[in-house]
Amino acid sequence: MASLLEVHDLTKSFGGFSALNHIDLVVHRGERLGLIGPNGSGKTTLINCITGVLRPDRGRIYFDGEEITSLASFRIARAGIARSFQIPRPFRSMTVLENLCIPLRFAAAVKMRSTELEAAAREILELIGLGDKATASPLDLTQIEMRKMELSRALASRPRLLILDEVMAGLASSELDEMLAIFHILSGQGITIIMIEHILRAVMNFSQRLVVLDAGRKIADGSPGDVIKNPQVEKAYLGE
Amino acid sequence: MLTLDLFVNAIVAGILLGGFLAAVSLGISIVFGYLDIVNIAHPAFVVLGSYAVYILNSTFGIDPLLAGIAMAAPFYLLGILIYRFYYAFFERHGAESLRGLVFFFGILFLVEVGLNITYGVDYRMVNAFYLGKSIEIGLVGIPYRLLIPFVAGVAMIFIVYLYLSKTFYGMAIQGVAQDSLAARLMGADPIKIKSVAFGMGMATASVAGALLIMISPIEPSMGREYIGRVFAIAVLGGMGSVVGTLVAAVLLGIAESLTSTFYSPSMAPAVSFGILLLVLAIRPSGIFGR
Amino acid sequence: MKKAALLILAVTVISGGLLLTAYIENQYFYFSTYIVLQYIILATAWNILGGYTGYVNFGTGAYFGLGAYTAGYLITNFNLPLPWLIVAGGTSSAVLGLAIGYLTLRLKGVYFSIATLAMSIVIATLIINTPALGGAKGMYILRPKEVSFFSNYMELLFATMVIIAVFTVALAWFIENSWFGRGLAAIRDDEVAAACNGVPVLRLKVLSATTSGALMGIAGAPYPYYISYMEPLSTISLDMAVNSLAMPLIGGTGSWIGPVLGAILLSTTQQVATVTISSEYNLLIVGILLVGFVILAPNGLVGLFQSLLKRRTD
Repeated sequence: MASLLEVHDLTKSFGGFSALNHIDLVVHRGERLGLIGPNGSGKTTLINCITGVLRPDRGRIYFDGEEITSLASFRIARAGIARSFQIPRPFRSMTVLENLCIPLRFAAAVKMRSTELEAAAREILELIGLGDKATASPLDLTQIEMRKMELSRALASRPRLLILDEVMAGLASSELDEMLAIFHILSGQGITIIMIEHILRAVMNFSQRLVVLDAGRKIADGSPGDVIKNPQVEKAYLGE
Repeated sequence: MLTLDLFVNAIVAGILLGGFLAAVSLGISIVFGYLDIVNIAHPAFVVLGSYAVYILNSTFGIDPLLAGIAMAAPFYLLGILIYRFYYAFFERHGAESLRGLVFFFGILFLVEVGLNITYGVDYRMVNAFYLGKSIEIGLVGIPYRLLIPFVAGVAMIFIVYLYLSKTFYGMAIQGVAQDSLAARLMGADPIKIKSVAFGMGMATASVAGALLIMISPIEPSMGREYIGRVFAIAVLGGMGSVVGTLVAAVLLGIAESLTSTFYSPSMAPAVSFGILLLVLAIRPSGIFGR
Repeated sequence: MKKAALLILAVTVISGGLLLTAYIENQYFYFSTYIVLQYIILATAWNILGGYTGYVNFGTGAYFGLGAYTAGYLITNFNLPLPWLIVAGGTSSAVLGLAIGYLTLRLKGVYFSIATLAMSIVIATLIINTPALGGAKGMYILRPKEVSFFSNYMELLFATMVIIAVFTVALAWFIENSWFGRGLAAIRDDEVAAACNGVPVLRLKVLSATTSGALMGIAGAPYPYYISYMEPLSTISLDMAVNSLAMPLIGGTGSWIGPVLGAILLSTTQQVATVTISSEYNLLIVGILLVGFVILAPNGLVGLFQSLLKRRTD
């Protein structure tokens, strides 16, 4: 399998606190990768470095063969990497539909008339099951609707790599299954997905491969069944 | 050796000015650095402090420095009040720092206009027996009206430094800067800690106001000249670093003093801005930043 | 349809303004309306960066003053005609906006605000120290004696300001309804999310700062002819900075109508208050209104109207 994303020797520290320590990671084209680790293990920092929100201290990141280390976020988004945020960050002054039009226009760089753009946005909302909320304000959405909007907006940039940062936290069991079904559809469309998640049931169900971070280091990388039996992983999760 | 004489005098004057500027900037460093609140009205509060000292001095003949220290208590309470207000209307709702900025800008303007309406635009000054005198050391003559503000400014920096690094509340304030959760784990209410820190910032404005009116006569809009300076110092010193504030203030003081001596006194305000822009462009976390 | 209606409105305002000069003889009318028009331009310009993009500029005075002094210099030395002054004033302030924007907009928003405040003090300092610009003593500007089309120069200035004001408001409307404006709104709402969704954040912010600065410089360009005697402290004043941010905040920063409404209300009130009470008290009124609105009605008058309407329809 050819690789889509390659991370080499990525290191980032804040003051004296080392958040990422020489991380190497390869994500293959079309893969469903699960990324887990305790709180503060560096998962979100890793995502922030990949998407250009943070500048790594050292290391290199390649996407589809091109180096993207320290590129501006908007260029990375245009290259085809989209993410959702752990705490949803909607554009609060816009409707749900307008929220989607931003990445459609700016990241997917679709040269369309406004009406066509809106049609494309509606299509995504229908797919995710938010069709009836198109004209609502994000501030009036429920928890799950808000997360679905984050997901729709990420999709609107027409990504080749989708990074989901804890999109399922706080969802009820039935909602969880609903979301997982959507992710499987997206994966079936050929989108490569990295899923960061605390809910083990979801990650185990979804991932073809599992990577574990602990205290800024990668401590395991392999098939979900093997990784979860790894004594180091058990220790990181359960403590001594 | 006229130039050497001038040069040494300019350096000494710059260092003295620096101690005073550190006192004016201290409140900004604390409030901006630890609480992330941009109290752009701080220089206006310093001028307000000067007027309070002026009243105490001209009506009761109280020594300006003592008056400034005495006024620190009411200023501290005023600071707590302002912070509680700011918290209730802005901080609690989150993500409103720009509205908060405009709020403080409005306060700055109101303090100025209020002073202007009450006292007019005339220059005011204080009297004390030592203000006209100076001591001669070798090449340089040091006037007391510069020496006392310097000593008082440095002493205040030192006291605040000790307070922040040695007392429970001081350390809690530093904890709040990094992480409200950490502060809560110490068993302290972050709102209360922030109130104390803001109050402390305001208390330094009263003392700095006393020093300001010793150095030169004041008028209501004088604070504006200090806005560029105090933020240049706070940024240069690395926000929240008390020692950094002093070092940055002395550097700026020397730069301004040299500019005044060898170029023109009216160019001095431009120096701070040049330095501020340079720091922002090159190293936004400040030279002594964390 | 809406576009056509607005175009008709713009044409009506301009031709109405030109017609007025044929009928109104009272020079005080032009003298005081000029200031209202000037604030419509400044408030609208401020709002492009402050309201649409979310960056608070405390340095309106510096941009305005740079435009005015550029024009003043060109009048006294080269006697250039008014259109050239407007181009030159706008250009120099645009360059200032670009420079300050590029230096500080990569940082947290407050650094930009602090830089603009400090900058206005420095621009004033530089002008005070430049003899060619009159220094602290100021400079006198003579109005041209010959005026075509209008009965005197004040009426020409008034007509010019009407045209600039309409142009500025139209530009604001256009930005608001363009992808540029939507990108700015995304930045204002959440800069990180905007960047991760493909919005070229720094580029749009700098462009917004440049546009806003240019318009403020343009507003300053006719000022030397208006005032006849120009000196640094009153030209680059904090009062102007406070006014031009208070007006959008009081009117409402969300759309083009807010700054216009705020500018008309506030500057008319000020004109009346200056004459009937005193100029100190009129500044007090502005300060209190500003603080009051920021605390109680963050969306301004337009926001108040909207919530009233909503309540009625609900």
